[in-house]
Amino acid sequence: MARYNPSRRSVLQTAGALAGAGTFARISLRPALATPEMMQDAVRAAIGEAQVQKGKVKLDLPPLVENGNSVPCTVTVDSPMMANDHVKAIHIFNEKNPQPNVISVKLGPRAGKASFSTRIRLADTQNITAIAEMSDGSCWSDEVFVIVTLAACVEEPKP
Amino acid sequence: MIGRALTHVPASAKRGDIIEIKALISHIMETGYRVGITGQPIPRDIIEDFVCTYNGEEIFRAKFYPAIAANPFMSFFTVATESGTIAFSWTDQHGATQVQTAAITVE
Repeated sequence: MARYNPSRRSVLQTAGALAGAGTFARISLRPALATPEMMQDAVRAAIGEAQVQKGKVKLDLPPLVENGNSVPCTVTVDSPMMANDHVKAIHIFNEKNPQPNVISVKLGPRAGKASFSTRIRLADTQNITAIAEMSDGSCWSDEVFVIVTLAACVEEPKP
Repeated sequence: MIGRALTHVPASAKRGDIIEIKALISHIMETGYRVGITGQPIPRDIIEDFVCTYNGEEIFRAKFYPAIAANPFMSFFTVATESGTIAFSWTDQHGATQVQTAAITVE
């Protein structure tokens, strides 16, 4: 009778499968991250079916982020901010945080300047998108790729 | 009371000037995605709405999501039209509201 004599290939296959399973189990313990598709759904929920064009919006984020827990972020939109031509709303979306929305801001001709700053959390290296809704119904966007070295959301709270 | 709030409005401005307004409030902005030292999830606790009014007229409104950093900070602009009060209000997910006001003199 042939004894079970594992070939080199089958040993490696089994080891690989086990290692793969281990990695998978470890990843699944972390909170599920959003996906670019979820971001698209969030964009549609915020602005409806409007066509989004590139331009007019400037999203300022550091290209390399050392600490994702607090990232300074400024959005500026090129607009005269007049009663007949102004920015109605600005939204920021992300691709890979647990949730695709970051902030939604409403403003009007009263602002004088279509710009705001805040500080945001980034859980991973990803693309951040800012979309501005104009008074005429058009939507303009800017996208920035940000590298994050220390991600938000993963560190343990202090006891 | 949600937390200690710090706001900055220029004390005086010329009529028609575009002024920068800054507002910060101390708040943990717990995302709801972290786990505690014993492994149980830490419940979400965030400020959801921020509104700024100028003599009662709304000039800026923001909706915060958990991706806003702790101690949410906002900086934005408005046109100085008349002397009066600029009021800031923050509302958390439980409905608690905190209001802070600042005076501005416009010449």
